[in-house]
Amino acid sequence: MAVLRPVWTANRLRGMSALSRDEVAHVAMLARIQLSDDELDRLAGQLDQIVGFVATVGEIAADDIPPMSHPLPLENVTRTDEVRPSLTPQQALAAAPRAEADRFAVPRILDEE
Amino acid sequence: MTDYTRMTAADIAAALAAGETTSVEVTQAHLDRIAEVDGDVHAFLQVDAEGALATARAVDEARAAGKELGPLAGVPVAVKDVLATEGLTTTAGSKILEGWVPPYDATVVAKLRAAGMPILGKTNMDEFAMGSSTEHSAYGPTHNPWDLDRIPGGSGGGSSAAVAAFEAPLAIGTDTGGSIRQPAAVTGTVGTKPTYGGVSRYGLIALASSLDQAGPCTRSVLDAALLHEVIGGHDVMDSTSIDAPVPPVVEAARKADVKGLKIGVIKEISGEGFQPGVKQLFDESVQLLVDRGAEVVEVSCPSFEKGLAAYYLILPSEASSNLAKFDGMRYGLRVGPEGVASPSAEQVMAATRDAGFGDEVKRRIILGTYALSAGYYDAYYGQAQKVRTLIARDFAAAYEKVDVLVTPTAPTTAFKLGEKLDDPMAMYLNDVATIPANLAGVPGMSIPNGLAAEDGLPSGFQILAPATKDERLYQVGAALEAALQEKWGGPILAQAPELAGKADAR
Repeated sequence: MAVLRPVWTANRLRGMSALSRDEVAHVAMLARIQLSDDELDRLAGQLDQIVGFVATVGEIAADDIPPMSHPLPLENVTRTDEVRPSLTPQQALAAAPRAEADRFAVPRILDEE
Repeated sequence: MTDYTRMTAADIAAALAAGETTSVEVTQAHLDRIAEVDGDVHAFLQVDAEGALATARAVDEARAAGKELGPLAGVPVAVKDVLATEGLTTTAGSKILEGWVPPYDATVVAKLRAAGMPILGKTNMDEFAMGSSTEHSAYGPTHNPWDLDRIPGGSGGGSSAAVAAFEAPLAIGTDTGGSIRQPAAVTGTVGTKPTYGGVSRYGLIALASSLDQAGPCTRSVLDAALLHEVIGGHDVMDSTSIDAPVPPVVEAARKADVKGLKIGVIKEISGEGFQPGVKQLFDESVQLLVDRGAEVVEVSCPSFEKGLAAYYLILPSEASSNLAKFDGMRYGLRVGPEGVASPSAEQVMAATRDAGFGDEVKRRIILGTYALSAGYYDAYYGQAQKVRTLIARDFAAAYEKVDVLVTPTAPTTAFKLGEKLDDPMAMYLNDVATIPANLAGVPGMSIPNGLAAEDGLPSGFQILAPATKDERLYQVGAALEAALQEKWGGPILAQAPELAGKADAR
């Protein structure tokens, strides 16, 4: 299997940026961050540079290397299923921006139409 | 009169045990010191005088009643603001958590309380621990006590500066890519990142769950060992917690012996390309260890070169997912978008996250979301995970030849506040020597090893040990500390400039 080269490498050869302003806006939307135009101007260039740097992980040939997600070889760690003290509704709701009837009160979750 | 703020935690504990002083007196001395100098240093986001003194009084009463107490009972401690403290505001340096009072204690905090240690307050940090200078704190930077115009390191610059400025004998830090060790290096203090899983992460506001680890920030290696022993150990509330006793760190710190130990200098991080004074001090420290009977071996860890790039994919990927919980629904900030009459939950989330997060947090969330997105996952996150495997293999191969590895902790001494603030890539390069330990989960320590010739600022010496062999850090660290202090005629912080504090202003 061929090594998957990051798009950055290919784009760099073509003199293109790794991450365009539009892409940053799109990804920010996916991450639920409403960036202003000023922020987009500022962050897009920096992110392009950072993506260019991190893409260099592709320079190491690692086709047959297993991925490592975690330092410890742990599997299915569970604790004893026993009743233990937990938060009261008052404690759980104490920091809520809004609460109503012992519940978190949130803005509408459906579209208006 | 004895100035308890200048003493090590071990000496304070001995004075308390001998009845020479009380915890109230020691705690008050530190609160007075904070009042005097923290206007300049800004190590604390919040000081809890009342709570600290209440704990101190309770410990004094227990001692007077002849109750059995832990070794650090009555010794005050500062806690990084990323650990949940019940009843005490916890912000992680972010506006999105401004004023948040956790309804529970982190396990580390619960252990400090159980050990009878008064909590002086919460220390400043880069927002959500993202940074190397504390300049990304939403509440303003901390200043390095050695030079107030310089950074105290990060993300745990508040904890390192509090200890360096004698505002606290002990502090808790957290280290995801060097946030305990690099601040220790640039402030002339000691900091340990224990083996991943050695200290519970329960109640630690997660940055990158597979990398985060809490640990001690102190002025001596023995103090770090004493605090490590208090906060370490298995916790059923953290599924990644190691189910084994705390390594014998205190015993190792007291032993302070390197005779016959094999010490590996990593070819790729031996100080080439670092600030010349830092490189020079590193070489001198290695020689001191040789003089004390250690054997030095050069080892190669070729994959470390890609550690920084892999880290800045893995960390943002995990962070983007961990920080998704700050959505303005259950706790923390909630902001409505401007000019929208009846905004949806999604619009409120997006407006809240824009208003509540700083630039660095936004950069990393966007980077992480991008790296995990369909079409890019294999090239970025997947490849970074493979590099992580290679780095762990480099460590394993090196530890077959040597007992510990050593490097300079950071490439430079403390830089000026503002110098790298608008250049995220330059900021990231500070972590080059500390990151491999987090990626592989092995323990690391930084101890002060002198003042660089060109600027007279502290430099750090990093020791790395195999996973769960944390005691080796203390054995080597204490031996080098003893050799260095013999040379200096005392601790390095004795050479730090006096902080003018409020005495001058009066």
